[in-house]
Amino acid sequence: MSTPTLKNLLSIADLDRAELETMLSLSEDFLHVTERDIPKVPALRGKVVVSLFYEDSTRTRISFETAAKRLSCDVMSFSVGSSSVSKGEGLRDTVQTIAAMGIDAVVMRHPAAGAPNRVAGWIDASIINAGDGSHEHPTQALLDLLTLRRSRGPDLDGLRVAIVGDIVHSRVARSLVLGLDAVGAHTTLVAPPTLLPVAVDTWPVSVTDELDELLPELDVLYLLRIQRERQSAARIPSLREYTTRWGLTVERAARLKPDTLVMHPGPMNRGVEIAAEVAEGPASLITEQVTNGVAVRMAVLYTLLGSGATVA
Amino acid sequence: MPDLDQTLAIKGGRVVDATGERAADVLIADGRVLEVGSDLRGDRELDAGGCVVAPGLVDLHVHLREPGNEDAETIETGARAAAIGGFTAIVAMPNTVPPHDDPTVVASVLAAGARSSCDVHAAGCITEGRAGAALAPMGELYALGARIFTDDGACVAEAGVMRRALEYARSLPGAVVAQHAEDPSLANGGHMHEGEWSSRLGIVGRPSDAENVVVARDCILAELTGGRVHFLHLSTAGAVDLVRDAKARGLAVTAEAAPHHFTLTDAECASFDPVFKVHPPLRSADDVAAIKAGLADGTIDAIATDHAPHAVETKERPFEEAPPGMLGLETALALTLTELVTPGVLSLQAALALLSWQPAAIAGLTEHGAPIAAGAPANLCVFDPNVSWQVDPARLASKSRNTPYVSRPLTGRVRHTVLRGMPTVIDGVACR
Repeated sequence: MSTPTLKNLLSIADLDRAELETMLSLSEDFLHVTERDIPKVPALRGKVVVSLFYEDSTRTRISFETAAKRLSCDVMSFSVGSSSVSKGEGLRDTVQTIAAMGIDAVVMRHPAAGAPNRVAGWIDASIINAGDGSHEHPTQALLDLLTLRRSRGPDLDGLRVAIVGDIVHSRVARSLVLGLDAVGAHTTLVAPPTLLPVAVDTWPVSVTDELDELLPELDVLYLLRIQRERQSAARIPSLREYTTRWGLTVERAARLKPDTLVMHPGPMNRGVEIAAEVAEGPASLITEQVTNGVAVRMAVLYTLLGSGATVA
Repeated sequence: MPDLDQTLAIKGGRVVDATGERAADVLIADGRVLEVGSDLRGDRELDAGGCVVAPGLVDLHVHLREPGNEDAETIETGARAAAIGGFTAIVAMPNTVPPHDDPTVVASVLAAGARSSCDVHAAGCITEGRAGAALAPMGELYALGARIFTDDGACVAEAGVMRRALEYARSLPGAVVAQHAEDPSLANGGHMHEGEWSSRLGIVGRPSDAENVVVARDCILAELTGGRVHFLHLSTAGAVDLVRDAKARGLAVTAEAAPHHFTLTDAECASFDPVFKVHPPLRSADDVAAIKAGLADGTIDAIATDHAPHAVETKERPFEEAPPGMLGLETALALTLTELVTPGVLSLQAALALLSWQPAAIAGLTEHGAPIAAGAPANLCVFDPNVSWQVDPARLASKSRNTPYVSRPLTGRVRHTVLRGMPTVIDGVACR
């Protein structure tokens, strides 16, 4: 199997279309591995992966660590709260100290956009962006594309996708928009004007603030988290009003085509951007997204750290 | 007759000042120009062959970080960097810790400046603690020599406070109220220019209109009060238009622009390197073009560096967590020559007007920027306008290293700087 020559994954744009397709195919191979009785291969035995999370995360961190362990990596977990960072150590010193121990990859989440880009310039290890501020979350986009591919087949050309919610603060949206564009899907962003990025006309998308008229045309409805505790709340009158105008209620879900897929990157605010009944309904791929996340992260680690040998 | 032991001759240069230009030697004694002519001999001589001999440069906008942040810069190191850059006078911004809202702080800054390589003038705060509410003791600061009053780093956001400051300053002849024009309610929380790049990078922006609304408002307040307003570091096309219109209406407004705002765009931020983070931010190519046009047509009165040193570790934080600001003193002349004079945006004389005698006039510095003639104070900048060079951060005179111009080809470099007849820089090397 040929693998792309890629050192870091900082942005989904680091992958051209061919590399993206290769990564998704490899992810499907690893999905089969994860379905085995013993879902573990020795492909990256001896490789050391550090997970360095400067921001709370449950699913992404566990997903990466599971992926690394299934590839037989040694995984070191760095928790900011109990580390030298709480004693005031700077980012550069922290990563250079970790790098000096002899490591192969850093999986990094940071509240500031571009922090992984900076780290990539300071140390030799591969850097995988697990979410940086409002910038990007490339493995989320990969797992979303894998999820669509598993439902719709490998050709996503012309797929009609709506991404609904807090676009301006969303790293998920920034990566997913680029990924969907790369595979030929048509994306519409749906949000209150206050939650749209500036200069959104330069993005490869259509934009509307009107969800209802779009519902019958969609192949995929992708909902983003409305961050109660953070920036979203100050830009809308109330969560109740948001739900009334942009939430995927049971009534709105009934107006979707029968085969429209419903996705969400989690964690969900049930009753705000999505009704609980819809999240658990037959159109929902939310659980599959989580499952596919492990396979995608195995593919990314394997591509960046592997020798290029075939999957065991 | 002056003591011939103390004469200094600057030989073989081309003298350029507000009156024009001519090939001439300059003979200096007792801190003043003794004679301008040919074949002058001095007890000591400096070679100016191939060089321009100009009035010393004047920077209206420098952050010296002392008191309070001496690991980034001190008055001594900042003044040395200024001398290396050809400056003979600089205005120290008041956002020190504590700030220049108290006569004792300003007196200590002036005392340290008097021992340095450059004339150091202190801007006073407009409001106590730069908090934008109660007026600082502007009269007491004025008595110590302050002529520029600003809360720089912070905008005087309240229109009513700005109005009172402009009115009060009318009682202080020559005083000017200088505004950092960024409406905090629009700009706060932002880290770069709001536009296509901020959108793509997921970094909250500081919109151009944060600057434009304050410039528009303060032009109105200048008209209301008859006060003197100076706009610091103009960065947007809209603000250039507003100042141009205000001047056409006869209002007493002036403006400055920083070299980074006519040299760099927000595209640099795609590197996520905080060396490109500054307030107001690097803007679009259209804004850069508008700043150049404003410099060329006289809308903008001065080039001022906004020299803002930061210790290395603070600029190694992620972009959104790093402090804003970049070095400027040692590259301002070269950037003006490279970006404005060589491409024909400005004549050499017009460039020197923006770097020397026009800012000197705004700050009321009669000892600087004067035509080079017998009797004038010997504050001079001698530079080779043709030499090519690149910035080596390790060799900067500044204590900090946050220059955004590494590996950028530059043309023109200071050879000698003379302050009141005494060389502060000889052959590009600081004398003290």
